[in-house]
Amino acid sequence: MISPEEFYLRTRRDFLATSASGLGGLALAHMLGSDARAAESALTHFAPRAKRCIFLFMAGAPSQLDLFDYKPKLNELDGKKMDPLILEKMRFAFLKKESATLMGSKRAFSQHGQAGMWFSDLLPHLASCADDLCMIKSMHTTQFNHHPGQLMMQCGEPHFGLPSIGSWLTYGLGSENENLPGYVVLLAGRGSSGGATLYQSGFLPSSFAGVRFRNGDEPVLNLRNPDGISPEVQRRGLDALRKLNGIAHDAIRDPEIESRIAAYELAFRMQSAAPELADLSGESEQTIEAYGLNRDDPATGGRGKGSSRTWSTFARNCLLARRLAERGVRFVNLIHASWDQHSNLDSELEFNAGMSDQPVAALITDLKERGLLDETLVVWGGEFGRTPLGENRPGRKPNTGRDHHPNAFTMFMAGGGVKPGFSYGETDDIGWEPAHNPVHVNDFHATLLHLFGINHLKLTHRHGGADKRLTSLTRESKVIHDLLS
Amino acid sequence: MESFLFTPKKSPFLKQTQGVYLKLASTSCISLALILAASVRGGAEPVDFNRDIQPLFNKHCAECHGGVKQRGDLNLTSRTLALAGGKSGEPLLMSGRPEESELFLRLTHQDSDLRMPPKSPLDKREITLIQNWIKQGAHWPEHWAYLPLLKTSPPEVQRQDWPVNEIDHFILHRIEKENLTPSSPAKPGTLLRRLCLDITGLPPTVEELQSFLNAWQTDPEIALNSEVDRLLASPHFGERWGRHWLDQARYADSDGYEKDNPRPNAWLWRDWVIRSINEDMPFDQFTIEQLAGDLLEDADPSQHLATGFHRQTLRNTEGGTDQEEDRVKRVIDRVATTTRTWLGLTLECAQCHDHPYDPLTQADFYRIYAFFNESDEGEVQVSLDTGKTLKAPVMTGHGKRKTYLFHRGDFLQPETEKGAIPPGGISSLHPLKSPADNPSRMDLAKWLISRDNPLMARVTTNTIWLHLFGNGLVPSPENFGSQGQSPSHPELLSWLADFFITKGWSRKELIRKIVTSQTYRQSSRHRLEYAGSDPDNRLLHRQNRKRVEAEIIRDLHLSVAGLLNTETGGESQFPPIPADVAAQSFANNFKWNVSKGSNRYRRGMYTFFKRTAPAPNLMTFDCPDSNISITQRNVSNTPLMALTTLQNIVFHEASQALARRIEENPALTNNQQRLEHLFKLTLSRIPEPKELDIALGLLKENLSHYLDHPDQTLELCGESKPSLAAWTATVRIITNLDEFITCP
Repeated sequence: MISPEEFYLRTRRDFLATSASGLGGLALAHMLGSDARAAESALTHFAPRAKRCIFLFMAGAPSQLDLFDYKPKLNELDGKKMDPLILEKMRFAFLKKESATLMGSKRAFSQHGQAGMWFSDLLPHLASCADDLCMIKSMHTTQFNHHPGQLMMQCGEPHFGLPSIGSWLTYGLGSENENLPGYVVLLAGRGSSGGATLYQSGFLPSSFAGVRFRNGDEPVLNLRNPDGISPEVQRRGLDALRKLNGIAHDAIRDPEIESRIAAYELAFRMQSAAPELADLSGESEQTIEAYGLNRDDPATGGRGKGSSRTWSTFARNCLLARRLAERGVRFVNLIHASWDQHSNLDSELEFNAGMSDQPVAALITDLKERGLLDETLVVWGGEFGRTPLGENRPGRKPNTGRDHHPNAFTMFMAGGGVKPGFSYGETDDIGWEPAHNPVHVNDFHATLLHLFGINHLKLTHRHGGADKRLTSLTRESKVIHDLLS
Repeated sequence: MESFLFTPKKSPFLKQTQGVYLKLASTSCISLALILAASVRGGAEPVDFNRDIQPLFNKHCAECHGGVKQRGDLNLTSRTLALAGGKSGEPLLMSGRPEESELFLRLTHQDSDLRMPPKSPLDKREITLIQNWIKQGAHWPEHWAYLPLLKTSPPEVQRQDWPVNEIDHFILHRIEKENLTPSSPAKPGTLLRRLCLDITGLPPTVEELQSFLNAWQTDPEIALNSEVDRLLASPHFGERWGRHWLDQARYADSDGYEKDNPRPNAWLWRDWVIRSINEDMPFDQFTIEQLAGDLLEDADPSQHLATGFHRQTLRNTEGGTDQEEDRVKRVIDRVATTTRTWLGLTLECAQCHDHPYDPLTQADFYRIYAFFNESDEGEVQVSLDTGKTLKAPVMTGHGKRKTYLFHRGDFLQPETEKGAIPPGGISSLHPLKSPADNPSRMDLAKWLISRDNPLMARVTTNTIWLHLFGNGLVPSPENFGSQGQSPSHPELLSWLADFFITKGWSRKELIRKIVTSQTYRQSSRHRLEYAGSDPDNRLLHRQNRKRVEAEIIRDLHLSVAGLLNTETGGESQFPPIPADVAAQSFANNFKWNVSKGSNRYRRGMYTFFKRTAPAPNLMTFDCPDSNISITQRNVSNTPLMALTTLQNIVFHEASQALARRIEENPALTNNQQRLEHLFKLTLSRIPEPKELDIALGLLKENLSHYLDHPDQTLELCGESKPSLAAWTATVRIITNLDEFITCP
């Protein structure tokens, strides 16, 4: 019979190989030599700047032109037609090219921070964090529909069956917390176009899939004992289970049995660690206030809000993200889905920006005050941008919204080794496409992995005859060194 | 004579006529073989091209001298292409003379501008391998998977009393060659459990166990054979093996993408699969009907329905989607799925350029593409036994569209100036013959099932083998190309493939042959003494233990609890799932209305599969997401699995029902008897004394706990019966054992 301590030591390596959600990644396991089938990848050896990532994924595509990318020229040209030669090459989801006209932004913009970063009046809290942000105004992607675009952003290519960023990071690095999954997903509002495909593990084992943390008293699915099974009965049962599995292991010697024993023990630890994580009673009133946990949704806007408490759910998710980061969880994907403003841009964007502005600013400030920001990479952005043209869909009031725009969009990062108070790339006068320093989504991925000390070419997994990686195999992606501090 | 391998100047002639090109290649093949016998020299270890050299080419050279780029007109993806190219005109390979072979000279060149690869030269060991390979004659055989199936006969073995059938000769021969010994047979109860789980995915009942053990006493061979007959005739065989096929077909009950609209009649095709497999439809017919059933003369509705295989593609109905782009995506998926499933090739890699590692060209991709591009999507009326008629999605038509090669794979850039590409086969494989000018999907299907095609039989046999042993003889079942892995037992794979064909492509005959072999019957106990010599058990010195698949985990729990509704087929069902998963839908376009009555307890494979919000109980256990074709599932082992089977409502309901089954069984008079019965029911064996002690101890402690906690007793089993509560808390531990969810 083996004691818990003994089996833990004996099985750690096997466990690393098969159950890495809680512990080390497969690539790491491979480096320890425990599993020949494991990844052929190994980490390269830049000093990592980031240890964990909080990705605030604003699915649906926020309008960069009404939030960050200030274009006075576009305002001047409001109501004018675009050059037909440029339009000819462009594909739109809904917009009718023939009658489309440019649409200026109704927002007031102002400059903030030492670098004079532009923000619209919808983002007063974030504007106050300008000196911590690293803004990329020249993002571009290949996709102009939501689901493919979201897959492109989260998985590196617009295809199914691929691991997401969080899967690659936990596959490569594992987690620093032995009681919680390494990759956690928090949702607010209605579901995104991509649904669960945005945080599945693709061809990597399911141990690298994002684990959805839920609101309410059961943060992880099946965490709570069935009625009538007390913690005492559970523990006693698990002790017997360990002994019985141990007997089977002594007889059969399959290391998979040891992994199973370890998985049950981790499950038991998670039963207390996850509720502890979700319990906000220890947070100060000041913190709760700063994140805006008690804010009610405004009466207008929020077409796709799904529940009546989108603002507070989002704020709570931001606070949970900090708590997860504090506990060493590798990747937190905080998804909110309703930024697809084809119409009613004014009121809908106001609703979303209001939801996001204060809690995200509070998150960045909070991480900084706790000394966590240096090693925590915060990312904010959607799957593509929105066009400078007003949407003119037949049968709808024209020019109240913007269609999809893959050519140019804005994302920002903070912490984790990126240059603070820095704005990178520029679009042309009307925000149509990058004029300087374009950043392809895959370049963004290569940079993100670089911040974790990973060479994007070397974190690979053999699948379907190729060594797949987060960045596309058919494109030469590059790390944007200018973004690094 | 020694210069036969010199690199010819690039000849327009070679590029023009495929036939001549191939002929030249095969002529040189013969001379190569002749040379070889004379040219092996030197004391170095024999170098094997596939094992030693091809991986070096793929790793170091293919990026610039592969299908994507041919720098200096050199392409190393096959011998033929390599010898046909080379801009310098220097001989690439001189048999026996590395120092005169351009390949070797360039690897070791003093001048770093001329040395290859430019950035990171090969290490000494790798260079020596290539040097020895050339010294030994530069033997560059065609890739093993494309070679014709040769009749192989089972080899001689020393231990005559071990083999039961031909398979065992191949396996034992290798085991003996490596100085290992096979494992002893599994105990009969273990063997029965293995057979039941592998063939039907349901555990043996206590009565089935008893009657098998009795029959075994009389005559083990008869007992085994009649048990296999019984299981292969069970309607659950089609469910188990149908589910494997559904993985390859990326079957789901919804469209996928943002809107993910339900496909309420998708199950009609799923039932076609189950029915066909239960009827043991020959695999060649199975192929024809699914790829081109609609084109059969006087096709009946069932044959139209069969083409639903290619209606399992995703469909994007998101507003603003370019419908032509989405159609092209579906056609591309059909090419990828067909070539992966039937040929084990990654032809999808040739969409934008020639395949980087395998002799598959971009034109090959578009020839296969043309078969699906020129077809339409349609519907067929299916009459049910109830008299109701439903419409099922099918493929239809032929010759509807012209196909052009897409520049860099981009559908917006068809290379119309190069002319339309007619449907056709893959040029490096056997020729696709068609009586008509314009071949149809029927010709494609016939090309696949042709006796000239060695791949389909190899790939299919390997896939069936992997479901019975946990791994294929070729461990990369989806890739038989040069980046895949070589077979551990190539002769056995050939023999099995030939057997499969000879038995009229009968799955049941092939499975029967495999599961009655001594190889299959071995114990799965790990042997530490072989941890160094055969760590991954590729020689099959024992059987492999396999964690059962996602659907089967649930089936097992429900089955031992007596809750499982074993009805086969019909509409997909909606067992309870967490409210927030059920609520995940696009603008509330779908409602997960929980199935009523015993439909809640149908087999896991009937759970409605919604692509963007799949049931967590399936996904947690590595169920594929059905967005792409999968031949072999991942197997992971995570705490979320532990939480699921300990706490999830359906598993808890199963524990409650199982406890009653034990506690309220009047035939069982004491706790030891009850526990023994529990072990037989759940693990198909009786407990060892120390296991009995632990289980009795747990039961006793649980009983005293529930005697002290009447409130918890009531919560756990719905009545004030501490003994039932104690049993509930005990049986859930037994059904959480590793052994319970493992095919032994």
